[in-house]
Parts: sequence; C-alpha cells; structure tokens
Amino acid sequence: MIEFLFRRIVIAIPTILLISIFVFGMQKILPGDPVLAMAGEERDPATLAFLREKYHLNDPVPQQYLYWIEGAVHGDLGISLRTREPVLTLIGQKLPVTIQLAAMALIVAFFIGVPAGVLSAYRKGTWIDWLSNVVALSGLSIPNFWLGIMLILLVSVRLGWLPASGYVSPWVDPVKSLETMLMPALVLGSGLAAALMRHTRSAMLGVLKSDYVRTARAKGLSERTVLVKHALRNALVPVVTVTTLIFGDLLGGAVLTEQIFTIPGFGKLVVDAVFTRDYAVVQGIVLCTGIAFIAMNLLADALYRILNPRMRMS
Amino acid sequence: MSVAAEPVLPQRRSRVLGRIAANPAALVGGGMVAFFVVIAILAPILPIADPIKTSWTAVRKAPSAVHWLGTDEIGRDLLSRMIWGAQASLLAGVVSVAIAVLLGVPLGVAAGSLRGWTDAAISRLTEALLAAPFLILAIALAAFLGPSLSNAMIAIGLSAMPVFIRLARAQTMTVMTEDYVESARAIGVGPLALVWRYILPNIFPPILVQSTLTIATAIIAEASLSFLGLGQQPPAPSWGSMLNVAKNFLDQAPWMALWPGIAIFLVVLGFNLLGDGLRDALDPRDG
Repeated sequence: MIEFLFRRIVIAIPTILLISIFVFGMQKILPGDPVLAMAGEERDPATLAFLREKYHLNDPVPQQYLYWIEGAVHGDLGISLRTREPVLTLIGQKLPVTIQLAAMALIVAFFIGVPAGVLSAYRKGTWIDWLSNVVALSGLSIPNFWLGIMLILLVSVRLGWLPASGYVSPWVDPVKSLETMLMPALVLGSGLAAALMRHTRSAMLGVLKSDYVRTARAKGLSERTVLVKHALRNALVPVVTVTTLIFGDLLGGAVLTEQIFTIPGFGKLVVDAVFTRDYAVVQGIVLCTGIAFIAMNLLADALYRILNPRMRMS
Repeated sequence: MSVAAEPVLPQRRSRVLGRIAANPAALVGGGMVAFFVVIAILAPILPIADPIKTSWTAVRKAPSAVHWLGTDEIGRDLLSRMIWGAQASLLAGVVSVAIAVLLGVPLGVAAGSLRGWTDAAISRLTEALLAAPFLILAIALAAFLGPSLSNAMIAIGLSAMPVFIRLARAQTMTVMTEDYVESARAIGVGPLALVWRYILPNIFPPILVQSTLTIATAIIAEASLSFLGLGQQPPAPSWGSMLNVAKNFLDQAPWMALWPGIAIFLVVLGFNLLGDGLRDALDPRDG
C-alpha cells in the first residue's frame, strides 16, 4: 500500500507542475501592466521601477516562474490586491465555511441518492425505477443556482421558515448555523444526489446478479439482509470512490450556491476576486483546488484498494 | 481492399436509427431540443417585441394577454427575451462543445495512435486540466479573458476539452488493435489516411454521445457564468443573466426568475435524454 501511494505521488508531481505553469501562464495572458494595478493611484516612475524590481518583472518569464513557484512551495501565493492579506491566509479563512457546506451537501446527497439507487435497482423495470430515474435526470438538469432562487422564494420569502442568506459559525450557534446552511446544502446536494443515485443503481444492478447474492438468498436469508449486508456493502465500493471524485463538482457548485445565499466561503472569495481583478487570489484558488483534486483522486484510489480486497490481492 | 469497417456502417446506421426511434425518452429529448433550436433560429422573424426595448409604463408587469410571460424591471418583454436568450444558450452550448471536440479529439487521436512521448505529454496535460474543477476553471479563464459571451464559450470549451482528449485517446487505442487497422497498415495505408478512414469513423459514436451530454453541461455552465456576470453582457438577453437580475426582484416579480430557469431545465433535460438515448442506441451493452 505504501509503495502504491508513493508511486502515485511521484506520478502526481509532473501534473502539479503543469497546473502551476498553467496558473502562472494565466497571469501572463492578461493585457496591461500588473505593476500599474499594484501601484494603484501611485504613478511615480521610481515606485513603479521599485515594484518591478521587487516582483522580478524585469527578469525573463521562465525565471519569473521559478521565483513564483519557489514562493508557492513555501506557502507564499502572493498578496491580495483587495485586502492586502496573504492569499493563503484568505483561503485558510474561507475554506472551513465551504467545507461545512460541502459536508452537509454530501450528507444530503448520500441520504437521498443511495437509498433511491438501491430501491431503483431492486425494483428494476417498475414504476419506482422509472420515477427514480426521471427524478435523477431532472436533478442533473436543474441549474442549482435556479433551484436556490426558487427555494428562497418559497421557503424564505413566502413561508418565512428559513433565512434567505447569511452565515453563522457552528461554534458560535449550532442551531442558527444549521438553519442558515440547510437550504444551501439541499441545493448543492440535490445534483450530487442525482449523480449518486445513478452510480448506486448501476453498481447494485451488477451486484444483484452476482453469485454470492444468489447464494445468500439460497441460504434463506431475509431480503433485507441480502440487500443491505451482502449487496449494498459491495455496491458501495465504487459509490464511495465516485463520491471522492465529485469533489470538483462540489467546489464548482459551491461557488454559485455561496453567491446566491451570500455565504462568505471559498466560492464567494473566487467571485469577489474575479470582479475586483484580484488575480493573485484567483491563481491561488485554482492552484489549491487543483492540488486538492489530485489529493482526492489519490484518496479515491487508496479507498478503492482498501474497500475492495480483490484489488489488494492483485 | 475490402476492410470490415466500411461496408458495415450503413447497416449499423439504420439499426441505430431504429433503436433511437424505439426509445421514447430519446424521442422526447430530441423533440425538446428541436423545439428550442427552431425558436432560436426563428427569433428574428417571429412576431415578438424588441428584446432590448424598455418601457417605463410596463415595469415588472405580471404575465397578461399583452405580455404573455410578463415584463422585467425596465419593462422589457420577457417572452421576447426568452426566445432571443435561447439563441445565446444554444450557441454557447454548441460552440463551446465544438471547441472542445475540435481541439480535444485530434489531441486524443494523436496520443492514442502515436503513443510514446506524445501520449505521455498529452496525458499529463489532460490530467492537469482535469484537476481543476470544471466551473472554477471556466470562471478563472473567463475572468482572465474578460467577460463576454464569446470568451465564456472559449473558457467552457477549453474546460470541457480534457474529457474529449481522454475519450478519443481510449477509443483510438481500442480501434488500433482491431484486425482491419492491422490489415490497412499492412497494405501500406499512411497514418493520416488511417486516421481519416478508419479511426475517426469508428470513434465517432462515443464522441457524439459525449458531445450531446456535454452540450447540456455547457449550457448550464454558460448560464452560470452569465449569472455571475462573466458571460453575455447586458442589454443582450441570456437566460443566466436574466436570472441574475431576477434574484433582486423575487418578492415583487417572481415570474422574472421562473421562466429562464424552466427554459434552462427543459433544454438541458432534452440534451440529457437525447444523449442517454443515443448511448443506449449506439452501445446496447450499457442499456
């Protein structure tokens, strides 16, 4: 297992380097002089020359990249033009909010998607299967930001049950925190629930045809035991790995969800950075999500090996 | 010179069409897509109001006989804006997928047929691009390129490209091991002719399925970017930007938020149903 992980990490290094070149390159395609943006109202030639020297902008581009990547390796992703705070600090401040949202959305997705997928596979070809498929396909086709707007209209504006926006940390007031995050988690989780339902259904269909399920039934075990203990446990192996892989969709979806519900998380940070042309923050975010995504891929592979004994044997 | 792939194709095509015709979901999906395509094309000649003409006497009017879908915050007719918005959405879906296919498929075919260092380089590039979440990459690119519909299409196209590289590479590698490719090479068919006559026709079906499904994703992505203000710029209509404005008037004019969302949902559902149907028809093993 350790050898496997080591090999995968070695393979990931060139990919991370490519991402970093890509992220660095994004800044270079920008029109205009970055120093003018940094200096703000200041147009004194001496200041501009100082800034150019300080940020190595007079050096050749490959050398500039080396300076940049050296900083990045040491946790220096630059300074936000807007707040003057280090980019990594900003990301560190906003990430916990998004992690809370993503975790709640995953719980929603798991509790809707997995049972629906199991039921749909178990009742294949019946109206339950048909209905689950229609609902799942609809879930995949609804833009989640629209679902958010509609929920705000119904639940907050019309019924007044839940707050339409805002964020309260669970450490400050757990109940209020749950209230503010419930709708965003539902919105973000619904699309993922649809994807999970389809994966669970397809995995369950494969497992239900297998010999060990037939044997379990022949032993006279109850359908419930066969379904939950024998079939679902095995069908969940690919589902768990898929869950780690939908991390990217989760982050992308969080951008819009946070925008609609005004949640001060990672996604809102990206959008605010984009509109204030705070490119260091945009770069930092793309780099961090890229690395996190690679880590999640690694985790998916490792989980697959841990959960699936046949993979460990080979 | 008789190679297996070509004579089989016409027969296979009719079988595939038969399977699509027998699949109600695919037919419904195809019908929904066709409806939106027709109204988008006919937008200039339909007897509808000017989509950008404002009217201060008709601000935020509810749906009525005069304005079937109501009006927006500056009195523009929503039916007209919805129909013109269909153009932006469909165009964004098709153009961005065309960008992804035209860049991704040649790279994937090159990687899958040449192998060696070409494959290694293209594969690493694909992994790097796949590592950035689709929407975050599209947002970052749109931000750096500047907000406009064409830049949004480029951003979405580039973000969707790695999926096509991967698919074309895998399919090419499978086709390369087929006997008819071996025989074609044995009789001296050159690499370009091999790609054009044997590889591309055989990898086309999965690319078509993926394209249909990616158009659905691209339409949502365009709406998302326009919703954030990074796509179609006002006053030109787009469903995403209409939703962006509508969210500020939820209490006074909820219909403003209703129609664009329903339209995005229906057109995306149409492409998803069509894509699923095409996949079942082209690859019955998955059905």
